[in-house]
Formats: sequence, C-alpha cells, structure tokens
Amino acid sequence: MQLVLEKRAERSTLIAVASPLIAIVLTLVTMSILFAILGKNPIAALNVYFVEPLTDTYTLGEIIVKATPLVMIGIGLSLCYLANVWNIGAEGQFLIGAVCGSWLAVVTNGTGAGYWVLPAMLVLGAAGGALYALIPALCKVRFGANEILTSLMLVYVAELILDYLVRGPWRDPKGMNFPTTAAFDPVATVPTLFDGSRVHAGSIIALLVVIAATVMLGRTIKGFEIRVVGAAPRAARFAGFSADRLVLFTFAVSGALAGLAGIIEVAGPVGVLQPGISPGYGFTAIIVAFLGRLNPIGILIAGLFLALTFIGGEGAQISMKIPLDLTKVFQGILLFYVLACDSMILYRIRLIATPKKSAPASVQGNVHGTA
Amino acid sequence: MLNPVSANGESTRAPLLQAIGITKAYGTFLANNAIDLDLYPGEIHALLGENGAGKSTLVKTMYGLIQPTAGELRWMGEKIELTGPSDARSRGIAMVFQHFSLFDNLTVAENVALGLDGSETFAAMSARLAKVSSDYGLPLDPNREVWRLSVGERQRIEIVRALMQNPKLLILDEPTAVLTPQEADQLFTVLFRLKSEGRALLYISHKLDEVKRLCDTATILRGGKKVETCDPRQETAASMARMMVGAEIGEVKAAAGRTTTIPRLLINDLSMEPDDPHGVYLKGVTVEVKGGEILGIAGVAGNGQDELFSALSGERLSPHSDNVIVDGHAAGHLTVTQRRRLGAAFVPEERLGHGTAPRMKLSENALLTGHAASDMVHRGFVDRVATLATVDKTTTTFDVRKAKRDPEAASLSGGNLQKFIVGREILREPGVLIVSQPTWGVDAGAAAVIRQALLDLSSRGTAVLVISQDLDELAEIADRIAVMFHGHLSEPIAAADATREKLGLLMGGASVGDAAGQQEASHATGS
Repeated sequence: MQLVLEKRAERSTLIAVASPLIAIVLTLVTMSILFAILGKNPIAALNVYFVEPLTDTYTLGEIIVKATPLVMIGIGLSLCYLANVWNIGAEGQFLIGAVCGSWLAVVTNGTGAGYWVLPAMLVLGAAGGALYALIPALCKVRFGANEILTSLMLVYVAELILDYLVRGPWRDPKGMNFPTTAAFDPVATVPTLFDGSRVHAGSIIALLVVIAATVMLGRTIKGFEIRVVGAAPRAARFAGFSADRLVLFTFAVSGALAGLAGIIEVAGPVGVLQPGISPGYGFTAIIVAFLGRLNPIGILIAGLFLALTFIGGEGAQISMKIPLDLTKVFQGILLFYVLACDSMILYRIRLIATPKKSAPASVQGNVHGTA
Repeated sequence: MLNPVSANGESTRAPLLQAIGITKAYGTFLANNAIDLDLYPGEIHALLGENGAGKSTLVKTMYGLIQPTAGELRWMGEKIELTGPSDARSRGIAMVFQHFSLFDNLTVAENVALGLDGSETFAAMSARLAKVSSDYGLPLDPNREVWRLSVGERQRIEIVRALMQNPKLLILDEPTAVLTPQEADQLFTVLFRLKSEGRALLYISHKLDEVKRLCDTATILRGGKKVETCDPRQETAASMARMMVGAEIGEVKAAAGRTTTIPRLLINDLSMEPDDPHGVYLKGVTVEVKGGEILGIAGVAGNGQDELFSALSGERLSPHSDNVIVDGHAAGHLTVTQRRRLGAAFVPEERLGHGTAPRMKLSENALLTGHAASDMVHRGFVDRVATLATVDKTTTTFDVRKAKRDPEAASLSGGNLQKFIVGREILREPGVLIVSQPTWGVDAGAAAVIRQALLDLSSRGTAVLVISQDLDELAEIADRIAVMFHGHLSEPIAAADATREKLGLLMGGASVGDAAGQQEASHATGS
C-alpha cells in the first residue's frame, strides 16, 4: 500500500472553506492528548482554555485587546503573503514602531504638550515600522537577498535596540533601575473605550484597517496587482506590474501596520516602553494571517480566536497549573494543521495498492515521467 | 490471468499491445471514455485528435504514467498493469515526448545514461549510443552539451535513447511539431526503417498530410471517445479533419481590396542579450509592419521568437529607445503599460500563466491588460461593470463558450480561452497587434475564428505581426513572411512566393540571398 497526494482537477471550494475549521478540530484533539499526558483532565482544560474566557466581560475585553495587534499585523502580512513576499519580521517592525512612537512620548514627557502628541506618535510608529521593513525589501530588490532570513534576523536587532534604549538613554530616572521609560502622559496614551475594561481606541483603528484592506483587495487596481503578482507572476509582468515595486510596497505597508500596532500597544494597554511588550504578536500574526485564509474578514476572526488562546492559556496557568508555553505549542500545532489542510484544497490523499511485481523495482528515477 | 500467447508472434497477426475499454476519469470528467486500440508489429499507427481529445491521456496510460480508471492493457495477449514508466520500458515500450526532458548543462551521453535503466558502464553505453545513432542515421556527438544543440538534434537524443532500449513499441508524441520540413523528412526515413524492423509505432499528430504519408492505420479520438479506426491512405485530409472536429470547418477569407498604409510598427536593428543563459541572442532584427498588413514570422521554436516577443511587448526593455517604434513613437524604453497606451496590444504564446492568470475570473483577466488603456479603472478603483462588459462583449463577438458568465480562466478549453485572449485585445482596436502562436493547440473551429479576426483587424488598418511555427497558418493569413533563425530575422518574402521548400531552407539556416531576390516583389501587397 502506498499513500499518494493526487492533484485534484479543480480546487475544492468546500475544503477551502472548511480547512481552518478542520485544522482547529485536529488541534483540539492533539491538545487533549497532550493535556492527558500531562495528567490534566482534557475536558476541564479545554473548558478553561476556550469557554471560560468567553463567559466574563472583563476577559472578553482582554480578548479584544490581544486581538487588536494580531489583526493589524496579520492584515499587513496577508498583503505580503498574497504577493508571494515573505515578511517574517513583523515582530521587529512592531518593536521599532513602538520605539519610534515612544521617542515623542519620552521627549514630551512632563512638558504639558497638547493633544497633538498621540496622533504624531502613531504617525511616527507607522513610519518607523515601514522604514524598518524596507531594509529587507531593499536588500531583496537590490541584491536578491532572501527576505525570509533578513526580515527574521532584524527581529533580534530590534529587540536589542529596544533593550538598549530602555536600559540606557530612555530609562526612567525614578524607575528604581527597572528597564522602563517613565509612564506616558495622558496626551500620549491611547484612550480606553469603556470603564472597567482595557479595550481602547486602537481596536477601532484595527477595524478600520480590516475594512480598508477588504476594499483595497476587492475593489482597487492595487489590490488586483497584489493578487496577480502572487498568483501568476509572469502574467503580472505581462500586465505591466513590477514585482520589485510590489515587494517594496507590501513590506512598507505591512511594516507600517506592525509599527502602528506596536505604538498603539505601548501607548495603550502597556503605558510605558519596556522589554517584553510583545508576547510574540509578530509571529503569532503569521498564524492569524494563514488561519484567516489571507482574507481580511477571516483574519479578524482568526485574530480573535488566537487572542482567546492567549487569555485561555493565562487562565489555565492560574487555575490548572498548565505551563504557559503550552499556548505556544498550541499555536504551532494550529499553524501546522492549517498548512496541512490547505494542501487538501488542491490535492487529495489516496491509498494505492502496489501491485505485486516479480521484476525488482528499478532504482532509476524516471526522467521521462516528469514530462 | 493468462491468455494463450502464440509462440511465434511474428508470423500471426496478433496485436502487440491491446487497449481494451480504457477509461480515465478526473472527477466527473472523462479524459478517456472506453477506448479500444490494437497496435500491431511492423505498423505505424496514427493517433489523431484535436487538443483535449484524450490522446495524451491514452498514451500516458500505455507508458505507465497514468493508471486507468477502468479497462485493461494486454501486452502480447497477456493482461498487464504498468506500475510506471520503468515498468513499461522493461517490457519494451518506449516513448518520445513532445517536450523533451533533457538537462541542458549535461552532455548527450550523460543525458542518455540518466534515462536508461540498465547497468552497463558509461563507456560501454557511450559506445552503444554512437553505434545506434550512426546505424539509424541520427548523427549525435555524445560529448556535446545539450544546450549547444538545435531542437532537431535534441529530439534525436530522445529517439536514440528510446532506441537503445530496443523497444518493441515506440510512441512518438507530435514529433514533427518542432522540426523544419526537411528535418521531418529525415525523421520519416528513420520511422519507416523502424517499421520494417517489425517494431510497432504509435504516432500522435494532428498533421493530416503527414499521417497520410506515413501511417498504415489511424485511430481518431474526439472528446475522449474513439470515433473511428481507418486507413488514412483511403481517406482525404478533409474527411479525417471532419472526423476529428465532428463538423465542417469554416474557411477563412480575407476581405477584398485590402490596402496597406504607412508602417505602424518598426523594429530597427534590435540586438539583445537573452536574460536566460541558454536563451537566444537577437542579432540586428529589422523589419517593418504597415497598417493593413499581416507580417508572419516563421521559424522553428527556440530561434529567438520568445526573446523577440518580450522585447516587443516591453516585458524586457530594448538597448535603444528607437529599436522599437510604435506609430512613430520610440518605444524601446517604454514599459508594457506605456506601449499599450500607444495603441499596441500583445498576445503571448502561453495562455495560462502568461496571457491570463489561470485561477482568476475572466473579468479580472480582462483587467489584466485592459487596466492600462481603457476606462476600467477610475482613481485607482476597478469598475466591475466595465470589466464584465468586456467579458460579455468578447463572448458574443468571438463566440467564447463557457459554463457561466464569469468563470476562472483555467476552466475554459484552450480554444475558447484563446478566443477570449485574442478578442480581449482586438476589442481595444489596437493600432499594432503582436501575437505569438495564435492558434497553438487550439481546435480547428476556434483557429478559424481567430485567424478571421486577425484578418478583419488588419483590414481595419491595424499592423499585425504574427509569430507562428505553423506554416499553413502563415500561408493562410500573412501578406509577407520572414523567418527567424538563431536570432536573425530574414528579409520578408511575399506570402505568394513563400513555398514550403523556401521557408524550410530558411528555417534550417540557409542563406537569405536566395530569398533576397523576392524582396522587391514583397512590397506589393499580398495577393
């Protein structure tokens, strides 16, 4: 018997829709096994992870807070991935955006500056993220450097830059030597929307980003360009679209969105610049982008779902002593299953009986077979 | 199960290979539908059919590349199940593909060694290669790298490699598609010799004249089913074409009294390096196309036609801006989009992936080339009404048949997609149209529609440049024909004077001097 992947004559629309759901179910099954191995009751664990956070207004708000950066970054990454551009460094662009916006908060701290500070911080954050993302983009266009490696390596550079600033020049003199800036002034803080919840105005920006991306991909020539370059590069060149320019464009936009998410996170829920402002949002957003089928609405849903795993993971750590690292394991398994299920859209698995054959199988690959 | 096998298979008329009720289903689509076929030793059997008729599926089944959904193969009377090509080869079935599977950077001998299953030493294999190639009059230098060889020579490698397995059955998939008429004649000599040695040959083609000349039996497929098995020598080309198409084919007629105007497309001394190391250098290509004229560029594939097309379309920029002039504007440094805005339109050879994005809807594929010079885009927003209108208009004007109003490009048949692509460009009423292989792999009905559309367009004053390997097509629509060889373009000759022999010589690299005398006459409009 032999397992083969057989190409489907047409792409399966059913599986295209069902694939994320199948992936989630498979992930839950795998997680249950893991919980059982750890000696925890799987049902209780899944309940803590996925049900309890939804039963409380505060944790519901926390889910929205966590989903905000995931959705914003995920939307930017989806533009890259649709165009076959592989930006893996959103985490670094997020941090640099936070750093650039925070600069204004730090220098205006205590000066009584007006309400222009926060909008200017957001602009600086987005610009910083975009410029940082343009480094791997330019290296790719100009020198052919692989953007997966360069963008990923720049994440570590960004972490060190942030670390240096908050331990050195920007450290709060009254902060008892903790590596953190002074708390931001109210004019440098993203306002919350409701009392008793940390849900902030950044979530509205994230929603606007979702709407803008939907319109751009569906209605504009730029969105069409992104989709064609990714789906049929030669046809895109024939259409007169420049793949190089699009590398710069998608990196700049995704960098700007990651940077914007970074400064919103710092100026919102966190309130100061310090190391550890991101529990890996830039990487989790990769999962969000794919789980959401690179579709803005899908990314909104996927972002909320993964935010749930963060909150549920915290709950599970507190109430069941389940290590928080299991949340990362969960996210990794989920990405694995999403990608595996996606290949079922174009392929089907078939069991083929190998007929008995007296002649010894030839070790020679068949050169002809590839024609 | 074992059937009684005649011990002396040579003397009786026992089929070598029998296909019985071969069916291959892809989902609900039947690529082959209960096809029966008997192949006899010492016979050349033609497999005829249009693209999509199921020829490739059937021969791939016989070569073990595809497992049939139903039906069986019998080899010398015994039922067999081929597990793969090496299984087929070990039984004595060899195949020469239309698209070669050769490694450009390896030598002839290395390529042959890679394709053989045997265990002999490389030296012994090389010696045998030299012997087989000289025995059959297929000269090859075993130590030459493949990229230095012509297409005809590359095909020779594939044939010699197949012959070195001493096959009982040799399958050839459209072997003359890439050959000049003279090279095809040499191939036929080899094929007759193989037949006289008692081998069975299965010859896939849609060139009916060749089949009449070469084959003893012809099986005609249409829509996955066998239509008929006949003796091609008793049939006319027209009667076989009817069986292939299932209907009479409309004749293409040029409008009477076409007049040519000023040159609208000029190519001036265009010399260019290829971007692919194994590509072809363009060497001083110079030609002009007048309004109201169709200029044909003939030539064996791989002589610089692809490079010329991308230089004209603007996918690659020319060294000098006046290398390409569109309606008086130097366009050599302009992008594809800018050239379209000058009124140029382009139809590339590859339909899927180049001319269209396969997984996108037709309306989006209308936008693909239409965004440059039309009202499909307003302030960056796509006007979906306009793109759909283009689809509808193309559909009605050029009879594009499709399952729904706006399907994915990949779901259309080759002929219908090509009608859409050509129609999409023609509807823009371009001043200059450059089209590569307009009817490559297209059914006869669609080919007639496309050729007629090109003729009609030129009669409205457009300059049309047609790059084609199909000499019959060029004879049918072109006013003048030039030949591309090793990156050179010959002087155009009037279509009326362009005999197959003359074109064949030019395609093989003969001096242009012979044709130069015709050049004066060529300025007169084609008859």
